[in-house]
Amino acid sequence: MNGVVGVLALQGAFAAHCEKLAALDVECIEVRTTEDLGKVTALVMPGGESSTMSHLLVSSGLFDVIDERIADGMAVFGTCAGMILLASDIADGRDDQRSFSALDISVRRNAYGRQVDSFETDLATPFGDVHGVFIRAPRIERIGKSVEVLGSHDGDPVLVRQGRVLAASFHPELNEDERLHRFFVEEIVMKEQE
Amino acid sequence: MTSGNASSVGTLKVKRGLAEMLKGGVIMDVVNAEQAKIAEDAGACAVMALERVPADIRRDGGVARMSDPEMIEGIKSVVRIPVMAKARIGHFVEAQILEALGVDFVDESEVLTPADETHHIDKFAFTVPFVCGATNLGEALRRISEGACMIRSKGEAGTGNIVEAVRHLRSILGDIRKITQADSAELFQWAKTLQAPLPLVQEIAETGKLPVPIFCAGGIATPADAALAMQLGAEAVFVGSGIFKSDDPAPRARAIVEATTHFRDAHVLAKVSRGLGAPMTGIAMDEINGTQRFAERGW
Repeated sequence: MNGVVGVLALQGAFAAHCEKLAALDVECIEVRTTEDLGKVTALVMPGGESSTMSHLLVSSGLFDVIDERIADGMAVFGTCAGMILLASDIADGRDDQRSFSALDISVRRNAYGRQVDSFETDLATPFGDVHGVFIRAPRIERIGKSVEVLGSHDGDPVLVRQGRVLAASFHPELNEDERLHRFFVEEIVMKEQE
Repeated sequence: MTSGNASSVGTLKVKRGLAEMLKGGVIMDVVNAEQAKIAEDAGACAVMALERVPADIRRDGGVARMSDPEMIEGIKSVVRIPVMAKARIGHFVEAQILEALGVDFVDESEVLTPADETHHIDKFAFTVPFVCGATNLGEALRRISEGACMIRSKGEAGTGNIVEAVRHLRSILGDIRKITQADSAELFQWAKTLQAPLPLVQEIAETGKLPVPIFCAGGIATPADAALAMQLGAEAVFVGSGIFKSDDPAPRARAIVEATTHFRDAHVLAKVSRGLGAPMTGIAMDEINGTQRFAERGW
């Protein structure tokens, strides 16, 4: 494909996402500054600690620039903490925690419990069964009308899409499976904006 | 994994996964709820709850044990980020208690007084993931073979002196680089020399990295120290006494977080290193006699 996919590398599991994209022969760079962001056509927001990333997004000046790019239609894929960063409402976060409101969902941070409750399970999706690794995962508690649910677990949505924004409450980057990254690149990044 | 809705907790993937999520971050030692808030406010990706920071354990002497559950719960109740806590080497009951308390990671730590001078904890027996210290690659691989899901280079905790952390990181990562150049026959010799399981040595030869994340601990006192560890190849840093034994903890904590993220950007490092007040005083290695060296504990 033409263009470079960036992986937000302020904190978290950015290296695992880069490996997935590299396996798809997608050119990928780590994004830590506004200069880095200027080089990319799409952005992956990894798992990690959402409050840490929120803090670093503000101090690096990236928050406002990413916000503008998303409004202009940049394709974004957020996993776990990355999904929290994209959500319109966050429960159980820090009061000063910011998000891009790019996805009309309400999420509750760490709603599946602490690390001893973290789990893995198979999920039915339009791409077939996908293995989901949930680590101190956020739960989607409300979805807006324009949000499409691509996968659920115990009745809660865990894989959702709204236009050029894709988000998962689990970690596809920790599996030997590139289908979700391929879907993001081929069906969202490479598709012309409407 | 089975198909359907069967879900499993405590798998290697789930346990190593949390270590993956902490990469690029700073894990800060805190001794009370107030410090835990300062750490989270500064952007820490996790806190280590303990009763005394290593510098005080070193000063006080005596036996250092797992912290009081009440104190750990107090810290858990005020932050949303993961909370870690330390168990003594080989003290699997302390680890069982920490797991029951719902801590997110157990550090089987040489900073506490060892409970077993031969055996480490069988970490596969737990749902909670473990981090262990290592001074060299053999020690790291032995800990991984016991189930550790994260390795931290030990350094020398409570000294504010980065020299041992650098020695240990260079030893571990340097040997990994050499192993990637070895032929298949030489790998048997490497396993023997390192006193490490052959399959793990063979895996490193193929991948060029440890099967779990490697973080740096023991002696980080400044933003430059954190960036040094990251440039040497650490994937995140632990800061113990370095923050709350300094003159002004909050700005120093924020600066170390920035330095760990922007570790290759000297302009950012120069900016965040300004006006932080005095770092912890620190101790030179020749001022510590053998029995006071924490890094030598562990087998």
